[in-house]
Amino acid sequence: MKTATQNAAVAFDDIGMTFPDGTEALRNVTLSISKGEFVTIVGPSGCGKSTLLRIASGLLEPTAGTVEVDRQRLGYVFQDATLLPWRTVRQNIELLAELHGIDAAERHSLSEAAIELVGLVGFENHYPKSLSGGMKMRTSLARTLTLKPPLFLFDEPFGAVDEITREHLNDETQLLFKSEGFAGLFITHSISEAVFMSTSVLVMSSRPGRLVERFEVPFSYPRNPDIRFEPDFALLSGEISKALRGSHS
Amino acid sequence: MTMQASPESETRESETSTLVEAPEEAADTTAPEVDQGMPAVVPDDAPKAYRLKSRQREAVETILPPLALGAALIGLWYYIAYGVLDETRRFLMRPPHQVLEVGFLDSENISDQLNALWSSTQVALIGLLIAICIGIFLATVMSQAKIVERAVFPFMVTLQAIPILAIVPLIGFWWGYGRTSRLVVCVIISLFPIIVNTLFGLLSAERAMHDLFTLHRANRLTRLRKLMFPAALPAVFAGLRISAGLSVIGAIVGDFFFGRGEAGIGQLLRRYANNLNGEELLASVILSSALGIVVFWVFGWLQTLIIGKWHDSRQV
Repeated sequence: MKTATQNAAVAFDDIGMTFPDGTEALRNVTLSISKGEFVTIVGPSGCGKSTLLRIASGLLEPTAGTVEVDRQRLGYVFQDATLLPWRTVRQNIELLAELHGIDAAERHSLSEAAIELVGLVGFENHYPKSLSGGMKMRTSLARTLTLKPPLFLFDEPFGAVDEITREHLNDETQLLFKSEGFAGLFITHSISEAVFMSTSVLVMSSRPGRLVERFEVPFSYPRNPDIRFEPDFALLSGEISKALRGSHS
Repeated sequence: MTMQASPESETRESETSTLVEAPEEAADTTAPEVDQGMPAVVPDDAPKAYRLKSRQREAVETILPPLALGAALIGLWYYIAYGVLDETRRFLMRPPHQVLEVGFLDSENISDQLNALWSSTQVALIGLLIAICIGIFLATVMSQAKIVERAVFPFMVTLQAIPILAIVPLIGFWWGYGRTSRLVVCVIISLFPIIVNTLFGLLSAERAMHDLFTLHRANRLTRLRKLMFPAALPAVFAGLRISAGLSVIGAIVGDFFFGRGEAGIGQLLRRYANNLNGEELLASVILSSALGIVVFWVFGWLQTLIIGKWHDSRQV
């Protein structure tokens, strides 16, 4: 059983989660993600997607099954940007490195690189209150990038920004995935976002959350934003949508 | 013409990855637009003119109402002094110009009052400082252990609920009738808002932020220092502004009961009232409230200075 998951950045084995109030959030979830894989889970809201991420990160203990993951340098991008309002963009980006005890000089060079990577040059000394939603999210991404995590967990990070910004961020995320080569686990309820960025898309049913279908996305990286309008893209999105509806009823 | 927005708002709204260039873009497009001819002239000036006008109007609208009300109150004051009270009872409310003359312009009277005011200010500030130290310490301990919060909080509420008059004899009994007791009154009165606001502030950091610190294995002290304390600052300042005003009241109230030693403004108020010195009495009342206003204002200023950069606090 373990041999299959040895190279995985994260491996869930038959995870089940029942909350103390009796709600069964997850059942029989088995999934492993390796370096170079970007897996997206789509599902209706409240189906337990976020619970799976909390389990992966260790914020939550599953009530059944085991999860294997190196939590030393975990990248976790939250639903909200979760920036500290009293810190500037740069200070926010350096926070995680600070918590990991990295010295000031190295912190600076790490943040410098991350700022460049997400296109925040010129905004280093801004406070979060003067940033747009998209820029806050970029800061949050940059903060995670400083740790160079082998595994990125994304908890519906672009749900709160507008459509245009979301597409830009999707584009930037897949470019980051291409250049940094991490293993990604992305949670969303947007099918187009899922197909655009991922190597595979998994459909999760609701109550209890189970992985019901897996789709491989054949497009190569880096992906052109225009593939969203190609027939293959639409076809795949349609199939996923159908699977999603099937799981929901 | 749609590009006339200021560079700042342009960058804030723009979402593309070329964000950094946005300010220059905005500046570049403004120039040719103006050159294009007449139609640009009016819309170009219009927003500025409108803004200027509204700012002036805003200033007038801010300053005028309190001035008008102030003038009306002084008018009412004169009316009571001359219209309502006859000659023999006018000592109850001296007209404004006499208060000014006797209360503020008489050098002996004013120096008495200022000395007393300074003494009360010291008591208020030392009392406030002690309250801040105790309050922040207690709130921090409560934020770290729910059990401490449960244990301490009822007593804090009790302390808050005790009418200060009821424990005046006790305070005098324990700490004498001098400055120490005045300080104790000050601390008791100003402690509660600091504790409540600091505790509320410490617990105000979002859960996701705590998750972030948990994920990266921050210890208790780091979490307190880098997350909870800064997050608490806006609430702490809100509490401080209330407590600062209360500490002035505490110092004056304390004066009334514990007047031994250096006389505070409360002592002076009492003496003036006993001697029917209406002018000085009113002058002292005005000075006391001025002290309260200054203290309140100083803390508001400190708040803006320390957290204004990152926190949107709407303040008076």
